[in-house]
Amino acid sequence: MAAVTQAPAPPAPAAPRQKPPRKRGRLTPYWLLLPGILWLVVFFALPMIYQASTSVQTGSLEEGYKVTWHFVTYWDALSEYWPQFVRSVLYAASATILCLLLGYPLAYLLAFRAGRWRNLLLVLVIAPFFTSFLIRTLAWKTILADGGPLVGALNALHVLDVTSWLGWTSGDRVLATPLAVVCGLTYNFLPFMILPLYTSLERIDPRLHEAAGDLYAKPVTTFRKVTFPLSMPGVVSGTLLTFIPAAGDYVNADLLGSTDTRMVGNVIQTQFLRILDYPTAAALSFILMAAILAMVTVYIRRSGTEDLV
Amino acid sequence: MAFVNWLKRHLVVIAGLLTLGYLLLPNIVVTVFSFNKPKGRFNYQWQEFSTDAWKDPCGVADMCGSLGLSLQIALWATLGATALGTMIAFALVRYRFRARGTINSLIFLPMAMPEVVMAASLLTLFLNMGAQLGFWTILIAHIMFCLSFVVVAVKARVMSMDPRLEQAAQDLYAGPFQTFVRVTLPIAAPGIAAGALLAFALSFDDFIITNFNAGSTVTFPMFVWGAAQRGTPVQINVIGTAMSIIAVLFVVAGMVISNRRARQKA
Amino acid sequence: MKTTNDNGGDVRLTQISKSYGGFTAVHPLDLTVPQGSFFALLGASGCGKTTTLRMIAGLEEPSHGTVHLGDQDVTHLPPYKRPVNTVFQSYALFPHLDIFENVAFGLRRRGIKSVRKQVEEMLDLVQLGEQARKKPHQLSGGQQQRVAVARALINHPKVLLLDEPLGALDLKLRRQMQLELKRIQTEVGITFIHVTHDQEEAMTMADTVAVMNAGRVEQLGSPADLYENPKTTFVANFLGTSNLIEAEVDTSSGDEIVLKAGGGKLSLPRARCSAPATTGGKMLVGVRPEKISLTHADDAGEIPESRNRITGRITDSSFIGVSTQYVIDSPACPEFEVYAQNIDRDARLAPGAEVVLHWNPAHTFGLDAAQDIDAGVETVAEEAA
Repeated sequence: MAAVTQAPAPPAPAAPRQKPPRKRGRLTPYWLLLPGILWLVVFFALPMIYQASTSVQTGSLEEGYKVTWHFVTYWDALSEYWPQFVRSVLYAASATILCLLLGYPLAYLLAFRAGRWRNLLLVLVIAPFFTSFLIRTLAWKTILADGGPLVGALNALHVLDVTSWLGWTSGDRVLATPLAVVCGLTYNFLPFMILPLYTSLERIDPRLHEAAGDLYAKPVTTFRKVTFPLSMPGVVSGTLLTFIPAAGDYVNADLLGSTDTRMVGNVIQTQFLRILDYPTAAALSFILMAAILAMVTVYIRRSGTEDLV
Repeated sequence: MAFVNWLKRHLVVIAGLLTLGYLLLPNIVVTVFSFNKPKGRFNYQWQEFSTDAWKDPCGVADMCGSLGLSLQIALWATLGATALGTMIAFALVRYRFRARGTINSLIFLPMAMPEVVMAASLLTLFLNMGAQLGFWTILIAHIMFCLSFVVVAVKARVMSMDPRLEQAAQDLYAGPFQTFVRVTLPIAAPGIAAGALLAFALSFDDFIITNFNAGSTVTFPMFVWGAAQRGTPVQINVIGTAMSIIAVLFVVAGMVISNRRARQKA
Repeated sequence: MKTTNDNGGDVRLTQISKSYGGFTAVHPLDLTVPQGSFFALLGASGCGKTTTLRMIAGLEEPSHGTVHLGDQDVTHLPPYKRPVNTVFQSYALFPHLDIFENVAFGLRRRGIKSVRKQVEEMLDLVQLGEQARKKPHQLSGGQQQRVAVARALINHPKVLLLDEPLGALDLKLRRQMQLELKRIQTEVGITFIHVTHDQEEAMTMADTVAVMNAGRVEQLGSPADLYENPKTTFVANFLGTSNLIEAEVDTSSGDEIVLKAGGGKLSLPRARCSAPATTGGKMLVGVRPEKISLTHADDAGEIPESRNRITGRITDSSFIGVSTQYVIDSPACPEFEVYAQNIDRDARLAPGAEVVLHWNPAHTFGLDAAQDIDAGVETVAEEAA
């Protein structure tokens, strides 16, 4: 029969070992990480340091640049380009809010009301992605064209009078105004809002709605007290995924805007690629990075969702 | 009254469908205008129906060349980013090691950084090194920003994988290599494929980072950008329409296959 | 049990232990499972039973001690070199392979080329010949379970390890699979080591059960031995239900120990006492609920003198069909449980009635009073939740 004895507390020396225990590849993770992490260090982290260094250099293209701790560049850049900074934040924030307002009903529809149409609708949400975003942005030039049907209709309804008074449009034009730029930004980053929203809404058990209704909550109350709080992770990551790229974008401002709608991305691009004033461009880019990281950190802390990664 | 009630009940559906319309409108315009015959250099106003551009999609100087270059870069960038990203994802899920927090932020930051910042700083590095801007610098940049997205996609899949499957393989006489090839890799494949697909789409459509680091090399998005300044040939719309048709066909084919599988199951 | 000279299927654990950091999952333990037996490791989750099993499989390396299969020391062999196979908890069937390839997996890894005949025979043995080309997710839970068994058995392991193999099945299917597994084990004659938290499952299937608690084996023996003669409060409470009474040793002479409890006297055979009996010392006295007879206080005179007896009042009764379960408040124990067969029901036995509980002293067992009287009780409740 089987036999058992219980040993006293301190483990007695075991039978002599023939060979040491297998070492299950202590170094394996480092070998797996090495190439990719090296890539990110050299081509992502190191450039950030180079950029920081460039921003405090002085000199010229012909004579070369030297680090002179010339922090005045930052002051100059900010005092000259603060309108573009303000505009970037304003436009990106407007686009983010619009994306949330437009995207939430669609995400809700996909998650709870689409039934057997869900897959088809999802394909329709993702399909635009496959056409180059520049081509699609150019299409807005046609849609918002002066004297086009859309602008004509808005004019007839006197909507443009209101927006002009607010300073969003000018005269009977939509193209080349802030409204066009925000409209383009909203359009371009809307899927980045919808998909995270959909993912977090889809996880909500529909029976929670029934339970809320059973416990005397009206549909609006159910949304306010149950659905929306539960979709917060999607709201947070959606707003981040929209705001960050929108704040750094210069394509929409360039294609749909005018010189009066230039954003900080446009300035960085021109300084770097046309004017070749590297220190100023590096300083601007550094400020943008710092500003966005600071805003994102505060936002994530505030909304209490730190497990986004 | 009945109508108001109906409206109330379907408000979400109506609002959602309106948003969907907003999303799809530009694609419709792109498709319609691929049959336009514009006067002048810009294809922004409807003139008359024509299939000229569809008959001669490569009839614009340099456009198809740039398209080929973009495909080539996207392919290599996908390969590179998928290989490196998959390795990182496995290391993150399966092993304990030092500096995990630092490595996690190094992977998260490229996704939380405006493209223009990464583009500008990478350019400073290349300028400082005296690197020749072109194919290679574009490829390096694309692998860099696609890497994190692959890590996230693969990590999600590997994390949801039951570790007992690999233990079962070992228990059934498969050594470490056999276990990886016969069990781990096939099960992680959907995650790796999703990561690769995302990397391809990101690389193929990237404009901002490429614009900074391409030198005089012209990818397809850069060609479109240039065309927006000089004059937009109808062929751009043809390519845009064709891309979305091909993509939708792929998606539909995938759905048909998975539907058929589901029916076999029943 | 089969007797055979070939002891290649003996599993011998010598001073084996496992700790993770400061936590000791398994305390040093010696255990021998003879060739051909059906052995169960029974305990609540976290008691170290699965860790012990995984050390035999090679999926976990012991901190100390050795694992022998027959005469071979396999302590440091990786799992893929051990002649041992496992039926995993929730089966771990490969989702990307069909049933045939799942079963053929082990054969193919050992370089066997023609697997068709063996796999088909094995699938027939578990009655899944028709399902060979289906994927695991297309099968029901019971079918998946049989695939997992087939996938392991086809390799003719010296030992088959089963980690909660029936945990994911519903009650009815579980009963059916218990008999099925028992049948297969008798047929193939391989040593089975079975880990479970379900005491009924362990008792139905195994020849020998080891009850584990907090990384140690509390008691080991045949199911009937463990049930009738528990040596610790944990075993008494974890296997079925026990009424435990705190008592004081009155006299101890010859084969009989007499104890004082709740104003009365109880008799206990010395052979069934696992604690030292010194006069005046404390002891826990136990009796199973179904051993007890219930008599209304008015008829107390009819009870034979030789029986142990306790008086009390019924506080609750529930009719279960085959039996009625009573809860009785007595000076010795506030919640005394009694299961009475519904043969001749006495209508007076309703809540509030004064009764006398009595049983044959041979069914009494004695336990060391230094133990926690409720050990093993909560764990059962948690497991059921």
